Parts: sequence; structure tokens; C-alpha cells
Amino acid sequence: MNVLFFEVTLLFYFLGTTLFLVQLAGRWEGIWKPAFVVAGIGFFFHTLALVSRMIEGGHIPLTSMHEALSFFSWALVMFFLVVELRYRVHILGSFILPMAFVSLISAAALPKEIRVLEPIFRNVWMHVTLSLLGTVAFAVAFVAGLMYLIQEHMLKSKHLDGLYHKLPALDFLDELNGKAISFGFPLLTLGIITGALFAEFARGSFLNWNAEQIGALGTWLFYLIVLLGRVTVGWRAKKAAYLTVVGFAGVVFTLVGVILKGQHPFA
Amino acid sequence: MNIIAVGLNHRTAPVELRERFAVPESHLPEALARLKRWPGIDEGVILSTCNRVELYAVVKETAHGVESLRDYLVTLASDIGWERLEPHLYCLDGAEAIRHLFRVAASLDSMVVGEPQILGQVKEAYDVALTHKATGVVLNKVMKKAISVGKRVRTETGIAEHAVSVSYAAVELAKKIFQNLSEKTVLLVGIGEMGKLAARHLIGAGVRHVMIANRNYERAIDVATQFNALPVPFSQVHHEMAGADIVLCATAADAYVIGPDDVHRALRSRKNRPMFLIDISDPRNIDPAVGSLDNAYLYNIDDLQSQVVTNLGQRGLEALKAEDIVRVEVPPVVVWLKSLEVVPTIVALRRKADSILREEIDRILAKLGPLSARQRELVEELATAITNKLLHGPLIALKAEADSSNGALFAETAQRLFDLEKELECIAKAQSSEQERG
Repeated sequence: MNVLFFEVTLLFYFLGTTLFLVQLAGRWEGIWKPAFVVAGIGFFFHTLALVSRMIEGGHIPLTSMHEALSFFSWALVMFFLVVELRYRVHILGSFILPMAFVSLISAAALPKEIRVLEPIFRNVWMHVTLSLLGTVAFAVAFVAGLMYLIQEHMLKSKHLDGLYHKLPALDFLDELNGKAISFGFPLLTLGIITGALFAEFARGSFLNWNAEQIGALGTWLFYLIVLLGRVTVGWRAKKAAYLTVVGFAGVVFTLVGVILKGQHPFA
Repeated sequence: MNIIAVGLNHRTAPVELRERFAVPESHLPEALARLKRWPGIDEGVILSTCNRVELYAVVKETAHGVESLRDYLVTLASDIGWERLEPHLYCLDGAEAIRHLFRVAASLDSMVVGEPQILGQVKEAYDVALTHKATGVVLNKVMKKAISVGKRVRTETGIAEHAVSVSYAAVELAKKIFQNLSEKTVLLVGIGEMGKLAARHLIGAGVRHVMIANRNYERAIDVATQFNALPVPFSQVHHEMAGADIVLCATAADAYVIGPDDVHRALRSRKNRPMFLIDISDPRNIDPAVGSLDNAYLYNIDDLQSQVVTNLGQRGLEALKAEDIVRVEVPPVVVWLKSLEVVPTIVALRRKADSILREEIDRILAKLGPLSARQRELVEELATAITNKLLHGPLIALKAEADSSNGALFAETAQRLFDLEKELECIAKAQSSEQERG
């Protein structure tokens, strides 16, 4: 059942992504409405897919890369729906939904079978949830940063057309960026700590210097600097936007590394 | 009967000429009363704004009415003769006059297409004419329709969407840098008219904190009280800039007042919170090098102007939609106007026939001497049958043509053939006295 729901979700996210990309390019202003509804329906099926998978497997479905990517996509869409309802920033969907779709279609390409959970992995979901939610926050910061850089460029070049009208104000984007990072950073910190504890428990050592652990620590350190820079020396606005865009590239790189190398107990 | 329009606007006449004919608000009642009494004019409305002076009137006979209305217009400016006015004048009648009025109300005829004031001015002109009883059945209907067309165009097209004045373009830009203007501070440097206008627009858009600096500190204090703002000594400008999110520079200085170093320092103490610098002075007061600093957004008068031009182009597209709306709204009014001409003709014809009938019956009965009730009845029946049968054809034809473009022609022909002038006058009098009571 969960696979059927998953595929229906994929279909709706594809449709939503298409509509939101049309919004990005086109002049039809009301298109966010159908796009929003389609994303909402997709989210509904996505939730069903996750819940039914949990019931079928008898454990929280966060034990494989497929499940992690699916959850990541679900949390992104949830974030978008909440922000859209609260702030009415329609253009956000044009950035978030494609990202959620790409993540979900990557999940679709990975082995989908529900694993039998070894007792040792029973509490691993805490580590995964925290790390993934942290990653969602960084993804949001990335999107805010990207939108900031586009809008910044338009204002600087005085080319005030098309996207300029659709993108929100610079300081709103900067604030979203800052909030996302100060929200995501503690989550990532806790994710890393629980991960280390789990590694100690499972393998007998907190840290064994493999690629993804180094990647995770590097990411953590990077965002720590970004966060401190914002609070202390005013690394905000354009600089913060640049840093978060670059930082998220690092996050994606780490994730892809985890998938490809398959060393993580996950893959 | 027809509706006519005579006037001059920003396209046909220079401002020096327009302002001579402008009717100030205080003179409007007197001018309307005179217009109402003017020969050949049944109803009238005077629309006088800084971009146009137009007279709308309902007249019995188009050619004479136009001439008469032009004569009236000439009297509005005592020292300008007909010869000087004539080349700048336009005269419209019927559907053309109605279409023109609709386009004016829809802001399609404005200097800045889509500007919002004109609809209010049309409404005002109509209200004053209505209160002073200068309008009647025709102009009441047509003016109300014009106002509703104006509203429809505003709501259904994007004609008024983008900023088309420099001040408003500055506000629109500020909103793309700062989400919430009510928390932002504006520093106005120099108190020229342009600067004050832009500041007023920003306050209108929600800005609550304003600082005003001027070389003459006394005058800064003066203006600051007007704006409920904080006066700042000119020497403090560079220092206060750190607290200003928007810097509006409009001094008469012929050198740069603000340079990149000043802005750089301000940005540092603001921890890189963005600054929006608007230079609306000529020559420029802010060094263009400021524009290349990160987080400083510098726009000068030319940048804003070119934004206005782009938006005007945008409005051009929306104006096409608005023209379509006007196009479909005019014909029903024209049809209604035509039917107005036909209906009184039908009534007059009936009335004339009835009065002849009455007269002739009385005359013949007096000659015939005593008759039985039955005989009298038969005589009356005979006369009535003859008139009814004779009138049947013309009445049917008139009713059938009432809505068509031939309505007026048929009505006029019937009036001539049956000599209905007296009756029509009676009807018109009755109508106008009814309206006065109403």
C-alpha cells in the first residue's frame, strides 16, 4: 500500500513542480492557487505513504536512504505549506517544490523494501530525524539565500523585471535565511551527538573518521561559523546568502557521498 | 436631442491656455447655473482639472448646440478670443462624446495613463452639477455609467498597477528591499519639493520615523514639524546615516554630499543591514561609487525615471484591455439615448392626434345638433377608428426603430411630418419639472 501512495505522491509533486516552474517563468499570476492545491494533495498522500509504511514495517520508517530522502522531501513540503499559509510568499514553491520532487525521485530510484530492523538500530530514528530536520532547515536557508542573490542582482543591475516583481523583499529573505540557520544548527548538533552516541553503541567508537563523518563535522563547523559571523560581525545580507548557498552544496555533497560509498549503516 | 462634448486637454492645448479656461471649484456653481441658462443647452456638466477643461451638454439640435457650447466656453476666459482657442478645441457628439467621456473616466485619456485621480475628478464634477441641478435624465445616466466604467477598468485591468511617478517608483523599490516600511527610518537630506514629495509618499506607504537635515537648520525644524519628523543638523548627516534605512537626497548642492566612505562607515555600524539611497537631485548629490558597495542600493533620478518608462509600457498593454471595456460599454448607452428621442415623439404624436380628435368631435357635434347617446357614441367611434388606423403604421415603425441607429432619423421625420414641435416642448417641460420635484 505504501508504495502505491508513494507513487501517487510522486505524480502530484511532479505536477506541482511543473505548475510552480510555470509560475517562475510565466505571467499567469493566479497559478500559485492550483499549484498550492496540487502540492497539498501530494503532501496528503505523502503522509499516508509514510504512515502506512510505518504500520506495515512496524517501526518508524527512517532506516534506509530511500526512507530518509522521502522524509526529507515530506518535511520540505510541509514547511512550504505552512509558510505559504502564513506569509503568502507564492514564489517559495517554485524553489522548494522542485527540490522536494528531486529528493523524492532520488528516493524512488533507491531500494524501496522495508528492512527488518535489527534490535541495534531501534533508536537510530532519533539521529536520523534530527539530522534530516537540520538539513531541511539548511535547504530552506539555501533557497532563501538563492532568492536573495537573485533579487540582489536585480536591484543592483537595475533590471527590474519578471522575477523582481515575484520575489519578496531583501530583508524578509535575509531574516528567513538567519532563522533557518539558527533553527537548523541546534538540530544538526543534536543529530551529530546522537549519531556519535549511536556509533559508540553500535561500533564501540564515537568517531572513526570516515568520509561522511568528516563531511558532517565539516558542515557543522561551517554553519557554526556562519551563525557566529551573523551574530557578531554582521555577516548578513549578501554574505550570509552566499555562505548558505555554498554551505548547502557541501551538505548535498556529503549526502551524495553517503549514498555512493555505502559505508554508512544506512545505505 | 443629442449629447455633445467640447473641450481642450493636455494633448490639444498648452498649459498656459488650459489654465485660462479652468473653472476653479468656487466658481463652479455660478458657471453651471449660467451653462444651464445658455441658449440651446438642456443639461450640462463642467469637468475642469489641470489637464483638461471639458463641457458636456445635452442639446436639442447638434450643430447649433455645439456652436452654442463653444460660445459659452469662450466666455470662461474673458481675454482669449475665439481665434486663439479654435485650433486647440475638440467637439464631439453622440457616441463619440460618450466614448470620450468613458475614456476620460477610465484614465485612458490622461497624461499618465492609469493615474487614479481622474475618476474622482469626474465623480466630483458630476456631483457638483447634480447638486446645482444642471444635469437631467440624459447626463445623470451617462455620467453614472462613465463612473462605473472607470471603476470597472480599475478593477479588471492592471492599468494602475505599477508605479508611474518617480516618487512612487521609489516607494515600490523600498518595498522590495524592506518588507515592513513601518519599522524603517528615512533620512531626508535637503528639503526641495521633490524630496518632500518622495518623503510624503514613503510616509503614506507606512514609514513612521523620519529625520530631516538641511543646511538651514531653522527650515529643517520647520519642515520637520510638518512631517512630524526629527530635525537633524546638516553636519550630523554622515553620523545619522547609520540609523537610516532609506536616505533620500535632494539638495541644491553642486557637489557630492555623500560619498562611498560615508556609506561604508554607516553600513559597518549597521552591521550590513541594507541601505536604500535615493538621489533625486540634479546635479547628483550621492557619489555613484556608492552603488557598488555591497548592501547599498543607490538609485538616482534617471534610474527611477527609466523604471517609470518601463511601467508605462506595461500600462500600455493593460490600456488595450481597458479600451476593449470602453468599446463594449458605449453602444448600450447610445441605444438608450436613441430610444429617448423616439419615446417622446411617440407620446407627442399620440397627444397631437388626441387633441385634434377631441377638437373635431366637439366641433362636429355642435353642428349636428341634438343626437341620441348611441349616435354620439358612433360619431366618436368613427373618428377614433380613423385616427388609430392612420397612426398605426407610423407608431409601429417608430417603436421598431427606437433601438436602431435610425431611431433619431425616424423620430425627426415623424416630428417634421406631423409638426410635433409644440407637443414635444410640452413634454420636455413636464419632464424637467418632474425632475426638479424628484
